[in-house]
Amino acid sequence: MNNGQEKKVVIELQDVRRDFKVGDEVVHALRGVSFKIYEGEFVTIMGTSGSGKSTLLNQLGCLDTPTKGEYYLDGVAVRTMSKSQRAKLRNRKIGFVFQNYNLLAKTTAVDNVALPLMYNSKYNARERREAAIEALKAVGLGDRLEHKSNQMSGGQMQRVAIARALVNDPAVILADEATGNLDTRTSFEMLVLFQKLHKEGRTIIFVTHNPDIAKYSSRNIMLRDGKIREDVVNTNIQSAADALAALPVNQDD
Amino acid sequence: MTAIANNAFRSFLSMLGIIIGVAAVIIMMAIGQGSKQSIRAEISKMGTNIINIRPGARQRGGVRLDPSAMQTLKVEDYEAIVNNKKYVTYVSPEVTASGQCIFGANNTSTTMYGESLEYLDIKQWELKDGDCFTDDDIRKGAKVCVIGQTIVEELFSNTNPVGKNIRFKSIPFKVIGVLKEKGENSWGMDQDNVIVAPYTTVMKRLNAQTYFSSITCSAITEEMTDNAIDELTAVLRENHKIREGADDDFSINSQAEMMDTMSSTMDTITVILVVAAAFSLLVAGIGIMNIMLVSVTERTKEIGLRMSVGARGIDISNQFLIESIMISLTGGILGILLGWLLTLAANAIGLPASIPAWSILVSFAVCTVIGVGFGYFPAKKAASLDPIEAIRYE
Repeated sequence: MNNGQEKKVVIELQDVRRDFKVGDEVVHALRGVSFKIYEGEFVTIMGTSGSGKSTLLNQLGCLDTPTKGEYYLDGVAVRTMSKSQRAKLRNRKIGFVFQNYNLLAKTTAVDNVALPLMYNSKYNARERREAAIEALKAVGLGDRLEHKSNQMSGGQMQRVAIARALVNDPAVILADEATGNLDTRTSFEMLVLFQKLHKEGRTIIFVTHNPDIAKYSSRNIMLRDGKIREDVVNTNIQSAADALAALPVNQDD
Repeated sequence: MTAIANNAFRSFLSMLGIIIGVAAVIIMMAIGQGSKQSIRAEISKMGTNIINIRPGARQRGGVRLDPSAMQTLKVEDYEAIVNNKKYVTYVSPEVTASGQCIFGANNTSTTMYGESLEYLDIKQWELKDGDCFTDDDIRKGAKVCVIGQTIVEELFSNTNPVGKNIRFKSIPFKVIGVLKEKGENSWGMDQDNVIVAPYTTVMKRLNAQTYFSSITCSAITEEMTDNAIDELTAVLRENHKIREGADDDFSINSQAEMMDTMSSTMDTITVILVVAAAFSLLVAGIGIMNIMLVSVTERTKEIGLRMSVGARGIDISNQFLIESIMISLTGGILGILLGWLLTLAANAIGLPASIPAWSILVSFAVCTVIGVGFGYFPAKKAASLDPIEAIRYE
């Protein structure tokens, strides 16, 4: 990242360590991780289970704090923040996309998407709804505003979840195995959407164990045993849309 | 709140405890209040200025069995009261005799009250037919009497009894008057099953006794009752030569006092009933806590999600507190409605019941307290969840 001077740093980790006590033993889940992520990057973080991937995601998502080291999100030091300060930070700066969507049951798409704004007193009911509709249009669900979560397909649910991650205009979108529960075709549809968001200037961190996804992102960080093993910029970003078009049609229907 | 709607049946079941509890409290309070009002009304109909003097000390704790203590009211006391009366209007000594009363082939069991002329004025009883006995009758101990409506029905089959002779405990009495019908009093006692005769007659000819079983007086007004009691106490203490500091050998009760006693007895009963009903509210509260705990466990994932998107602990605990308050308040409102319907039903079957306005306010307050109180622990549990674990919870 030689052009760091011009681009804004969204995420900065300085020698982040995270230890867990399991019984009498101390497990070192993260053993000193440092990197910077700049605005507009689409980063995949990969690693096998046990590599510290989930622990790193929890750190990045401000759900947990480092045992040692510093984490700056959009210039704010996270380690010393209280629980409710971190909740507020998540609310304003982070959009989460989960593997199993985590939508509210029996709740409409609009209400699901508006959920993060419920915890932001700057928005009133009308503004929440407007923002939610806009986010749903951005993910291509403008015609399914009042569909309830149990009336939607997996792909639609994940689109709603992505819309929910967009609604607060976050500094970074954190996707945790966001295609893990979807079939190949729908997975590519999601990647197309993520690439579209990337083109629009969003910062995306995509945590996955699937190495294929790295081809579609702009940078790839590989974790092993709590350390960064590889951090490479992808100069040859492939188009998910092309890959989707190349899929045999009858495979999914 | 959508959680309540989504689990409508379950929410209703946990509400049911509150509904029944509140309805029970409301109906208990309504019956308590209603009975109190009807007893008060009944007593004041009987004359709130009536004062009753009985022989023997007022019983506190134990029962006094000294028979001489029961014979302390004498003719001299009656005369002293009559001669010194200031706050007292009417005075009547009372001697009673119970027994069989016969006319022709009919007979009935009744009580004969030996009284003075003023008795009817004290009781505000009126004559329907004939006359009352006279001073002359009292002096002579004349065998004349005034009878109540029940006696007329039992012995005379509603033919005019005035001027006829009846036999009470084998002694012939001439019927000279008939009392107006008064019906039952609030204890279910038939006030028409009476024979009133001169007290001298009952004392000498029936009972052969020299003392009265009681003396009934009336104060000038209800407000003057206390003055009248003081006056009567002074006269009787002087007459009985009771030294300063010694206990009275008689007791004086006023109708007003009795009304207070009855009211406070009713209050006590009401409190006991309401407390019993309130326990069901406590149980209902525990039910709500239980269902809220289930709800927290069931919605762990949702809590994790909400926390991930920025809900603070307090936001989560508020959400669950509001839910439990909604359940208990809705239950409270339905309970008040049910209690109100039960009150109407009670009135329809003749039970006096009226809902005091404050009991509705109290019900609302109690329901809110239950909602907060029993919702607090589950809400706190929800708020203290770790978002990382909660969102992965299956």
